[in-house]
Amino acid sequence: MVKHPKESEKHTKRGSAMGEFKVHRVRFFEYMPSGIRALAFNQQNERMAAAKMDGSVEIFHCSDRFFQEKIIPGRQQAGIEGLSWVGERLFSAGLNGVITEYDLTNQRVKYTIDAYGGPIWAITGNQQGTHLAVGCEDGTVKLFEVNEDKIQFERNLDRQKGRIISLSWHPSGSKIAAGMMDMIQVFNVETGHSIHRILVDRGFGTSRGKECVVWSVVYLSDGTIISGDSVGMVKLWRDDTGTLIKSHNITKSDVLSLSVSQNEDSIVAGTSEGFVVQFQFLSMVLENNDKDWVRTRTFRNHTHDVRAVAEITTAVASGGMDTQLVVRPFLDKHEVKSSASKLRKIQFPHRSLVSCARKAGTLLFQYPGHLELWRLGESEGEGIPGSSLLLKRKPEKLLHLKVKGEDHIRCSAVSSCGEWIAYSTTSSLRLYKLHCDSNNVSITKISKLPKVLGSASQLCFSSDSSHLFSASTQSSVHMVSLSQSECKFVATFKTKSGSHQAIHLLTASEDGKWLASANIDNEVHIYNLQTRKAHCTVPIYSSAVSAMAIHPTTNCLFMVHADQQIFEFSIEQKEYTDWSRLVQRQGLHKIWLERDTPCLNVTFNQKNPSHVILHDMYMFCIIDQSQPLPDSKSQFLNQLTLRSLPEEQRKSYSHAFKVCKTFKELLCVDVMCDQSLVVVERPLEDITAQLPAPIKQKKFAT
Amino acid sequence: MVEKSDIRVVRCGGSKINFRPPIISHDSRFVLCVSGDSVKVYSTRTEEWLHNLQGHNNQVTGIAFNPANQLQVYSCSADGTVKLWDFIDGILIKTFVIGYPLYSLYVSEKHEGVIFLIVSMGTESNNESFQLVAVHLPKSAEQEVEAKELSTVASKISPNPSCTTFGRGGEFIAFSRLLQLNVYFFRKQKTYSFSLKATDKKAAKNAFTCIACHPTDDCIASGHEDGKIRLWRNFNHKKEYTYSTKHWHHDAVNHLCFTPEGSNLLSGGIESVLVQWQYGDMSKKEFLPRLGGSISHVSASADGQLFCTAHSDNKISIIESSFKVSGLIQGLVRGDAVSTDLMIDPRSKALVLNGKPGHLQFYSLLRDKHLYNLDIVQQEYIYEAGLDQFEVVKAVFDVKGSWLATVEERGQKTSDLEFFLKLWAFDETTQSFVLNTTVTEAHSERITSMCFSSSDETTMLVTTAQDGQFKAWCQTADAQQAQNYWSCDFVGSYHNLKPKNCCFSADGSILAVSFQEVLTLWSPESWELLTTLCQPPGEIRDLCFGRLSCSKYLLSTTTKNLLCCWNLLTCALEWSTSVDVSRLQSDPLSENVAAFSFESKHTDLFVFKPSEPRPLFSQRNVCSEKVDRAVFVPREEPFNSCDESCQWLNRSQLYFLTQNMDLLTFSSATEEDRMLSSSKRLLIDESVAVTPFYLLLGKHRKQQHKLNTETQAPADKPPHTQGSAAIKQLLHTPAHVLPAASVLCSMFVRSLLISNSGVREEMDSSEQEMDSEKEEEESEEEMEACDGHQELRAQGSVDEQKPKLSKAQERELKRLRKTDFSWMTCLVDSKP
Repeated sequence: MVKHPKESEKHTKRGSAMGEFKVHRVRFFEYMPSGIRALAFNQQNERMAAAKMDGSVEIFHCSDRFFQEKIIPGRQQAGIEGLSWVGERLFSAGLNGVITEYDLTNQRVKYTIDAYGGPIWAITGNQQGTHLAVGCEDGTVKLFEVNEDKIQFERNLDRQKGRIISLSWHPSGSKIAAGMMDMIQVFNVETGHSIHRILVDRGFGTSRGKECVVWSVVYLSDGTIISGDSVGMVKLWRDDTGTLIKSHNITKSDVLSLSVSQNEDSIVAGTSEGFVVQFQFLSMVLENNDKDWVRTRTFRNHTHDVRAVAEITTAVASGGMDTQLVVRPFLDKHEVKSSASKLRKIQFPHRSLVSCARKAGTLLFQYPGHLELWRLGESEGEGIPGSSLLLKRKPEKLLHLKVKGEDHIRCSAVSSCGEWIAYSTTSSLRLYKLHCDSNNVSITKISKLPKVLGSASQLCFSSDSSHLFSASTQSSVHMVSLSQSECKFVATFKTKSGSHQAIHLLTASEDGKWLASANIDNEVHIYNLQTRKAHCTVPIYSSAVSAMAIHPTTNCLFMVHADQQIFEFSIEQKEYTDWSRLVQRQGLHKIWLERDTPCLNVTFNQKNPSHVILHDMYMFCIIDQSQPLPDSKSQFLNQLTLRSLPEEQRKSYSHAFKVCKTFKELLCVDVMCDQSLVVVERPLEDITAQLPAPIKQKKFAT
Repeated sequence: MVEKSDIRVVRCGGSKINFRPPIISHDSRFVLCVSGDSVKVYSTRTEEWLHNLQGHNNQVTGIAFNPANQLQVYSCSADGTVKLWDFIDGILIKTFVIGYPLYSLYVSEKHEGVIFLIVSMGTESNNESFQLVAVHLPKSAEQEVEAKELSTVASKISPNPSCTTFGRGGEFIAFSRLLQLNVYFFRKQKTYSFSLKATDKKAAKNAFTCIACHPTDDCIASGHEDGKIRLWRNFNHKKEYTYSTKHWHHDAVNHLCFTPEGSNLLSGGIESVLVQWQYGDMSKKEFLPRLGGSISHVSASADGQLFCTAHSDNKISIIESSFKVSGLIQGLVRGDAVSTDLMIDPRSKALVLNGKPGHLQFYSLLRDKHLYNLDIVQQEYIYEAGLDQFEVVKAVFDVKGSWLATVEERGQKTSDLEFFLKLWAFDETTQSFVLNTTVTEAHSERITSMCFSSSDETTMLVTTAQDGQFKAWCQTADAQQAQNYWSCDFVGSYHNLKPKNCCFSADGSILAVSFQEVLTLWSPESWELLTTLCQPPGEIRDLCFGRLSCSKYLLSTTTKNLLCCWNLLTCALEWSTSVDVSRLQSDPLSENVAAFSFESKHTDLFVFKPSEPRPLFSQRNVCSEKVDRAVFVPREEPFNSCDESCQWLNRSQLYFLTQNMDLLTFSSATEEDRMLSSSKRLLIDESVAVTPFYLLLGKHRKQQHKLNTETQAPADKPPHTQGSAAIKQLLHTPAHVLPAASVLCSMFVRSLLISNSGVREEMDSSEQEMDSEKEEEESEEEMEACDGHQELRAQGSVDEQKPKLSKAQERELKRLRKTDFSWMTCLVDSKP
């Protein structure tokens, strides 16, 4: 399946302090994120749910730099059409005709209910949190009562001819507007009867014969209905008379999505030409209450269909076919210029999809439906720093492991010896033993797994590959010992108190003594593997842990948070190390704090224990803990300056952070046992190249 | 009248009419535009130039209607004055002296008695200390008032007048500079400013180029250098302001204008396409393409019926609201460079120079009107930068104006130079020039100069070129085609030197050709080299023969700052002075020669006769740029000025073109007075509607009127009063400058009463007056005829003795005055 097995081996020299590495520049992980289909913003807990084309649902924490807290993997053939929050509960519905509620603590589907109305196009809950309405292919709007534990079908509203494409509740909960083909229906929820039937104009000319699809409707509390349709119009209607107030032609193709702000003074509309248009409710004469909807800003951040927009308090989030979630802040809602007032694009998941077998020199890539195991290539001889080396042996794909069943992979891991592979879906966990002869690769599935290993939210092997740690429900971690062909349950680590949120990070120390786990409630627990007891808990920090690792020699837990803060916690002393305190006292450099992607991996350089290697999407960085921290005035990205300086002066200019931006968008950076650096790149151009062609737009002077 | 000798430089004729936005009067009948030192009033219907509002001493920099009186217009000028005019009659009402150079003028209905001006407070205009000041206009009856009540509204503003505008009924004023938009609210006395980034990611140039405010909504439209239009709203918030962006123009937006109802926004830029955006839905737009030069200003009339665009090619288009061009007012076209000389067409006395690309334009300086374009190149011109296209570079007329020679070339920068020499004959039937001969390879290298022989018998053209040759061209008759065409008659050269200039003596008997440092004189009859004259050092830059009594003199200027005068009879240097002459121009109607010399940032002018080295007239610091082109334009009627320094202007006027493309001329005070008095005689109504229909109708009316007067002549006999002069004035002065009617009425009646002896006769005459008054009311067009009539009568009555009234008669009159005269109207009506 590999199209371009591209790997070049390189020697790079990153200043004298950065050390010299042989770099495996890996470009054969053909990771392809899937497009965003729906967005739902929850004002109360500031979470944004995004439904992807592959059926997975991701939850972002809006006030924690849009950290991707939870990923609920999808299933095959489970396209989601709509997402809706009811209180803290999240529901989705799709073309398979079922309504799904998610278990957000354990990050899996709680239950599904068939609506019996054919494919569902829209789902929306009322503001009171009592009912869910779904719009079905058969032309019914079905009301479901939201009960404590489940939802229950209540009744149908008057059945219409033609499918219901979009729905919107009046904030009072007494009326529903439904967008259909060529029309908008307004229902009285009480009686279930249609109050108004608003006909929407079709396009002119050739599109006259085509039906006009009302892709999105928004019902405002003052009785204004706003519709976005396939003719490219955003239309404003009065619900009492059913008349058109105003119409804006914003695009030549479709207006796919609409979203209104909480205080109903702004609407954003996503179009299939890839731009988002904002309308604002402004007074035409200043200091006068006579207000009108005016088209104001246009945000052009997408190349493809904007299938979903959501107006959150201080920004507009949009996502679509081009797979990226764009958060465009409204500058007028931000008092100070900070990282929150910057445009944010989320392209890659905030989880590592790559695991490295350091000793064996193999990489395990996690795709939604399969796993791939690759052996790194080998190069011959030495080259001058910066040059690429000839490959003696090409990188080789050893294994292509398809998932059993329809569920997608949630997490996976390979042991450092490269002999064990484990993955888990939401329903089951599978463990394989890999036999590698000179040319033959064979795997055997370990059939008898201890019963406790139901499904894992995170997997991790001990460094000597003798144990597997599996994060389970209720923030517990199961420890299993692995022998030749079987595995035995050893222990379960549990915290006495704290949350039951699923663990998203798991790391074991090199000496096999410690295990650390981090969950979404920002708790980091440390367990002693020898006594098999909880050792201690790291003080809770306000931001989620995005990456962590235990130092091989000092046994300090090194943590990087979503807000880019760095902590180092001495496990033995159960306290923050001096270096960590120094970092907190001095503060990190502004440039470091304003990066917009979280660090995804922490590793250490065995040769130089003071080096910590971190990476995010755009760079990797070596933190030299023996060097002084940069102060706010010093130049942060100083590699070029340093190189131009003579040897003697370098010392005074150099600081702890050595940033390398040579590589394209990174998915993983890790150090192998032979001191070579593995860099897994996934250039965004390659992703865009695989997307379907966008709507052709006339560009000026072409 | 005392002759005043001060001669000053004026912008008169051929000036820019696109310098500031033209404004359309409230009734959409007139369009006003600044033009040099004056304001011009044009009719929108006929595009006819009606009159000039003259009085400023420097460039007029802004005009605006008086919001309190729609028939008055304010104008401001760089001479530091604001003048209030009655633009219909062309009367200067008031002058306000501000004292600083003014750059723009803004008025608002809300601010009565206050005008806003952009002034330059600094000593020099280049230090960018432009300020927006509010000036309280003092209410005083005097003609000239000093307005000293200045209050600064904003400092450091853009000198571009399009970057400042009043918003919604004068509630606020918006002004932009570079990347910043500022809004000043008068009520709150607070300024809000919003700035854009210098460039965003797409390397857009965000600098503001113009702004406009919606008349009723609080919305500011701004145009930008990259062609974007932004609509700003909510600008009374520091942060929550918002704007929407529209992008159609591919280059800078030059001007924006809302229609008076605010339903549409008009924008224009370099594309020369007028775009009309629908205000509510900016995605709907209409275009009016191919308007000519790039649009520099757009304005709309108060009733929204007419739009007006000013173009870079010195043109104003009048556009109906249905987006159709209804009229064009063309000024003198001046591109980036005038490559031909300034010339005078001997037939039409029009100024000729290259105008539209590939054309020669004929421009009447006397009537200040563009006459026509002559297509020289006869090829399609492509409006795109960087293309190498044919341009007219040289043109010359023969003495009688029956032949025109032109040179067009392309490839100025590249080595592959291509040029054509064309000869055009004047066709009497079509009254235009017709191409006679095209010479493709006249010379092997670029033609440097050419001239026609000045003798009347033979027409001969001499061209000099960089290939070291000069050629004489003559007409030869073609036996077969029975048509004359031009062919080369003689090729001359001199020691392989490159000829630069050529010139014929006044009688055409000597041809002077300059070869670098050497002046050679040739006889066109025999083509023998008569003599050579040389005065090193320095190459000869310009050549010029003396005229009339000085025709024995030949003047030459050199690059080494020497002006030499050779006596051709003695072949010796008559005199020489050291002066750096950039342009030497001889007057064809007199002996005078004008020399412009450029020295250290200013140009001086000397006018002298070759026979005497003492200048007749000299003026220092004519302008700050170098003068390369100048021309003497013969006057229609010789002007009699006894003052010595002005005498050289008697027969012709000297026009010159600066490097800034300003066409300037000299005018003496006497001349200005005369023009002022003559312009006062003109009344607007007679010329407003000079439509063909009117001409027919008017003629008819006049005849009728004449008939009337003839038949009534005997009845009219009762002598006319001396009051008729006052009546005339009363009738001719616009109503708004007159005292109240109640005051006038008694005066008026009294003026009627005193003159006559008998009541009966008095009645008659008053009846007559009423008649004529009534007629004037009936039709404005008739006024002129009526005036003439009255004038006649007035003149007739001058000599008549006024009969005295007795006291009893007077009492009788007073009684009569109180009686009702309304019965007279029916009498008037019943009149045949």
